[in-house]
Amino acid sequence: MMGSRAMAWRGATIALLLLAGCKREEHQTRLDPPVAEALDAVAAMPNGISGRPPRAIAVMGEPYRSNAYQLSQGKRLYAWFNCQSCHADGGGASGPALMDGWWRYGPDPVSVFISIRDGRPNGMPSFRDALTTEQIWQLTGYVQSLGATSSTAASPNRNDAMQTRPAENQVPSMATLPSPPTAR
Amino acid sequence: MRRALPVLIALLLAGCGGWQSANDPGGPVARDLQGLFWLFTITCGLVWIAVMGVLAAALLRRPPGTKEERERADRRSVQVVGGAVAGTVLIVAGLTLASYFATRSIASDNPHELVIRLRGYQWWWEVTYADERPDRVIRTANEIHIPVGRPVRFELGSVDVIHSFWVPNLSGKQDMIPGRNNSIVLTADRPGSWRGQCAEFCGLQHAHMALHVVAEPEEDFERWRSAQLAEASAPATEEEEAGKRVLEGKACAACHTVRGTEAAGTLGPDLTHVAGRRYLAAGMLPTTRGAFAAWIADPQSVKPGNNMPMVPLSADELQSVSAYLARLR
Repeated sequence: MMGSRAMAWRGATIALLLLAGCKREEHQTRLDPPVAEALDAVAAMPNGISGRPPRAIAVMGEPYRSNAYQLSQGKRLYAWFNCQSCHADGGGASGPALMDGWWRYGPDPVSVFISIRDGRPNGMPSFRDALTTEQIWQLTGYVQSLGATSSTAASPNRNDAMQTRPAENQVPSMATLPSPPTAR
Repeated sequence: MRRALPVLIALLLAGCGGWQSANDPGGPVARDLQGLFWLFTITCGLVWIAVMGVLAAALLRRPPGTKEERERADRRSVQVVGGAVAGTVLIVAGLTLASYFATRSIASDNPHELVIRLRGYQWWWEVTYADERPDRVIRTANEIHIPVGRPVRFELGSVDVIHSFWVPNLSGKQDMIPGRNNSIVLTADRPGSWRGQCAEFCGLQHAHMALHVVAEPEEDFERWRSAQLAEASAPATEEEEAGKRVLEGKACAACHTVRGTEAAGTLGPDLTHVAGRRYLAAGMLPTTRGAFAAWIADPQSVKPGNNMPMVPLSADELQSVSAYLARLR
């Protein structure tokens, strides 16, 4: 038979666990202009592949990777700015696939950011004049969530239209993918 | 207290009029719905009073004492219950019939109707005037002009989530659902301008998703329509010229169209005649040069969560682009 004190402790624990469900994700809709400007300061390697992301992102707690609102905004931009026309739903068409783990410029967020901001040879256009730096980071976070290099608990909103690929947080893990394509 | 009561009633009644009220109908559909509202309110009010009266009588009456009295009471209760059942059946059938006749006009079909395609976005309205000739199709946003006396068919759709089209002075609500086509027909029978509102919760700025309907005589409407078909006004000053270059060169052009310039984006509202509309950002701000500047400088403080980004501009660029937009009547 359980004592009344043990019962009370149990009740309190369950109440605390339930209360944890009340926490809501925060939508940061506005960046202070100095922060927005700081987001452009990526220190890339000379060949434009990987580098150090701006410190501001780490200070903010990596929102573009782990915040569902930011990922959803990235997903919206992916459709609005017609990334599908070359990369399809991530499966690749005239542009390379994004849902595998083998990216031409590597899995580093800075590489993805620079690819979108400055463009890359063989057809990837520059979006510097069409998107703000914050939007490019949102898109970067979404593209990372498409890939199989890492996973997070956060995921963007689901598709309303027909599904052509698994949901972003259900991409197969790296271990189940075939070996990287060899250079030709 | 006795003096405060008339003031209170006057204040409450003030909510019944105005440019966003189902109690001030501007067309036949809304008038039918208003009639329906009063019919239901009065009928249900009378039924409520009758039920309360019977309840009070039942509570207050003396219990029957003798056997004879009890039998008389039983007979009467059969009559009362039978009468109440018959009354209920009659009232429900009558209200159903009235409702059918009042809402029949919403689905009517008319070959002379004007067709307007309305698409909901988070959180604004894209308005397209259909025409057989593609060069006569008009695309605008948030402000709908309609001719008085002509039925208008709204073809409703949505781009992102479920919205709902509701201009209380002209008709009832109709949902706008992604991937589905709904439609609603309404007519304004007097000139006026009314406010409408998204009537289905659609996210952070649902409350700030307003639209305006301007009903005007046929010739005024045709004049407005041909003015909308024209390309954007050319910049008149050096400042406006600089503003046009900002609009074409910065991120503005990626989402907005200004016909007659290089800006041809289709993600945000068409700005070709933006200064001719009364309000900016779906009813947020009255259209002035200052409002353009405020909106462009910090859209996320004016309407947090909307999809217009804060584009970094210098003070001069902001000034000139606001001057140019204020020119686009």
